[in-house]
Amino acid sequence: MKIIIAGAGKVGSTLTKVLSADGHDITLIDSKKEALNAACQLYDVMGLEGNCATLDALTQAGAAEADLLIAVTNADEVNLLCCVTARQLNPAIHTIVRIRNAEYTAQMLEMREVFGLSLIVNPERSAALEIERLLRYPGFLTREVFARGRLELVEFKLKKDSPLAGLKLKDISSVLKTKVLICAVMRGSSITLPGGDYELKTDDRIYMTAPSHELGKILRELGVITRKVKRVILGGGGLISVHLGQMLEKDGIKVQIIDQDRARCEDLARLLPSATICCGDITDLSTLEREGLSSCDAFVALTGMDELNIIMSLYANSQKVPIVITKQGHIEELQDIIGELSLGSVISPKQLCSDIVVRYVRSMRDTDGESALTVQTVAGGQVQACEFAIGPASLHKNTPLSELKIRPGVLISAIFHEGQVMIANGSSVYQEGDSVIVISTETKNIQRFSDIFA
Amino acid sequence: MNYKSLGHFTALILLIEAALMLPALVLSFVFGEPDSTVAYLKTLMIILALGGLLWLLSKGEKANDFYEKEGLACAGISWLVLGLTGALPFFISGQIPAYIDAVFETVSGFTTTGASILSDVEKLDKSLLYWRSFTHWIGGMGVLVFLLALVPRSRSGAGFTMHILKAESPGPDVGKLVPQLRRTAQILYLIYIVLTVVNIILLALDMPLFDAFCIAFGTAGTGGFAVTNAGLGGYSPYIQWVTTIFMFLFGVNFSCYYLLLRKKPLSVLKDEELRVYFLVFMGCSLAIALNIRSFFSGAEETLRAAMFQAASIMSTTGFATTNFDLWPTLAKALLVFLMIIGASAGSTGGGLKCIRFSLLIKDLRSRLREMIRPGRIYPVRSSGKIVSESVLASLRTYLTAYVLIALASFLILTIDGKDLTTCITAVLACFNNIGPGLSGVGPMSNYGSLSVLSKLVLIFDMLAGRLEIFPVVALLFRTTWKHQ
Repeated sequence: MKIIIAGAGKVGSTLTKVLSADGHDITLIDSKKEALNAACQLYDVMGLEGNCATLDALTQAGAAEADLLIAVTNADEVNLLCCVTARQLNPAIHTIVRIRNAEYTAQMLEMREVFGLSLIVNPERSAALEIERLLRYPGFLTREVFARGRLELVEFKLKKDSPLAGLKLKDISSVLKTKVLICAVMRGSSITLPGGDYELKTDDRIYMTAPSHELGKILRELGVITRKVKRVILGGGGLISVHLGQMLEKDGIKVQIIDQDRARCEDLARLLPSATICCGDITDLSTLEREGLSSCDAFVALTGMDELNIIMSLYANSQKVPIVITKQGHIEELQDIIGELSLGSVISPKQLCSDIVVRYVRSMRDTDGESALTVQTVAGGQVQACEFAIGPASLHKNTPLSELKIRPGVLISAIFHEGQVMIANGSSVYQEGDSVIVISTETKNIQRFSDIFA
Repeated sequence: MNYKSLGHFTALILLIEAALMLPALVLSFVFGEPDSTVAYLKTLMIILALGGLLWLLSKGEKANDFYEKEGLACAGISWLVLGLTGALPFFISGQIPAYIDAVFETVSGFTTTGASILSDVEKLDKSLLYWRSFTHWIGGMGVLVFLLALVPRSRSGAGFTMHILKAESPGPDVGKLVPQLRRTAQILYLIYIVLTVVNIILLALDMPLFDAFCIAFGTAGTGGFAVTNAGLGGYSPYIQWVTTIFMFLFGVNFSCYYLLLRKKPLSVLKDEELRVYFLVFMGCSLAIALNIRSFFSGAEETLRAAMFQAASIMSTTGFATTNFDLWPTLAKALLVFLMIIGASAGSTGGGLKCIRFSLLIKDLRSRLREMIRPGRIYPVRSSGKIVSESVLASLRTYLTAYVLIALASFLILTIDGKDLTTCITAVLACFNNIGPGLSGVGPMSNYGSLSVLSKLVLIFDMLAGRLEIFPVVALLFRTTWKHQ
């Protein structure tokens, strides 16, 4: 497909990376030559220097023949103008726009209609939603939903006293009465899709598929004590904090936001009437202490600086805050280093955003129903989970999984059959009309269901 | 320096060279030339052994650092290796007894120069003549571009392969035609092959098929090796006109043809380089025609000789129909002028390139006006767009390097004691990948009488000219070979 990406920033270059690896023809537009050159050196794409909202630049980028425009410059208004201009050149073009200003949230639907947008993405809002889900269901580091919310891929870290520590995978049914499947284990920074003889150890990060309604039971069986989150401290008052603050206010959770910029704090106070806003230097950890860090239920590090977020989360962890969530902007590059730190859940807005866009792009290509319904990446992009619908053309229907030749590093973890979630085992079969959840470690190669077979 | 990737690339290049040599091997059977057959077989064994060895040495995980440095070194090394191994059939068959001469002839072939050390080409086996002309065709679009068209899309760091295209393709600002590099390389080769085939068909109407192939290869690569001692003078006026047109066409930036394919003829006409190329060519042709009219009997003959020679020199092909060394001084001076300007960027031709010439003149004008009226801004525009200062700076760097290399080569050549015209035009003809110069290296003479030192210098010049200086010069820097 011919794709134009406007804006070579964090999200733009992440998308460039993923979509060019998928084999699309990508033209990247940016007004800054340096950003453009950096992306063009890394990926096989064409760069175009210019203002992406001009007819001239879009014509040169081939908007007339392009299938999709993704506008992710740092200005919402430029993104919108860019899409409107592109639609002048090519009314059939699909448009994905990033809108991040919280003030526009209320009018998203109207804007979609008026500007003819195919999809609006908001990395900050997606990140806030993700964080809110984690706070509402504490105990897991990440949660990804499949099969219309009936199945989840959850991540948790094995604590020292966990009943699972030291067990082999084939023996875990002695602890967990629920049917679950451990799909992937991250030990240190390396990821494995474990077999039955794999022994779990303390500090492993475990990725497990389980039916959504059983999650509470699983937590109890794992001995994870959860209590309802009542008070959350947000370090940093950026866009995510605003979105998250609004959501948590609705949930009735008390929010405290710390930011060092006086003017920003006043803005926050206006935007979030029931939140407690504190102006203070968060680089000074005693500020956190003064705001009652050690007695809060959750701490979320949300400043624009990854380093500061890491430091704050490490500190919060040392103060025994039950839930710690860390925002990271450069997660793939740093995965090796930060994987071993106790940062709690790590949230990457650009990764979330790119997942959403990639899912859309893959469904656009879908002419035979073979490509994924849902794509989620976890473990900093090292593991990908896709949901595929089984159609009339799908291979190997009604064959027990143990008889299939599936590529190494790929695993069918669950089958969604007639509204029921079945955790896959060797004798499971899938039929037409089902959907299956596939876990893979090679993120770029599984695009169609037929790709999973050797 | 990423030695593993470099070794891997060189091994691939050797493999491709072996594959490209197969048609010549087959021809040596067909024409019944046992010496050449043996020479080809031995050469193939050496190439495959060398390639295999490099392949084994560079096996395994390759580091991902493939940057400008590696791109430059890759281009420089592979061209050197091509010249050294491609010369083996000539040497092993004994038809060119000295190895240095064989290398000169082959490098001259791959770099599409067409400078020859042979005084009697007709003595050469036909399969060797074929290989000699085919090197032009391979070198024209570039063997690395060929490789890029073949290799599957690499998984990570795909953008770095762009450095290879940049290092091998002529022009100050090399870009892609389409987002994917592999596709770009395929489009370039497709245009190249189609134009060559059309040329072969048109030539075959009035000359032997073997000659048609060889001359078309020489024209397409803008090389200039002929297959008879009379050059192109022995063929009909029709052949000469066809060759004139195709020499001109192969000197045009190939992206113009891509735009034509995309049905955008108007944007092609607006292309500044194409205009400069056409106007300089027409202007010089007419001036030469006026200057040499007393040498020929009719208007057609005069115009044909003038346009053929202008197209041949400007596109840096180097075919000759007459001994232009006997022409009046003005006509010869115009030819030397055309030698330096050369063809267009993104074509198969060499020289300074029309776009550089035109930008340098404009840059000079702007700088002079700025000196006269300080504080005013005089931007340099090309096809209506402002040319950035960094591009202009790299142009000036290029010009400096170009002049220095030409001067140094000239100085070394004078050691042989030949006359000034010979030395100057030998350097210009090799550095700009033309072939014949004037006087002692004129169209009816050859480079055979030069000393080994001179030949080495000219081999360097030919490679530097074809790869646009930096990839070859980069090989001489110690920082290129350091690990970090």
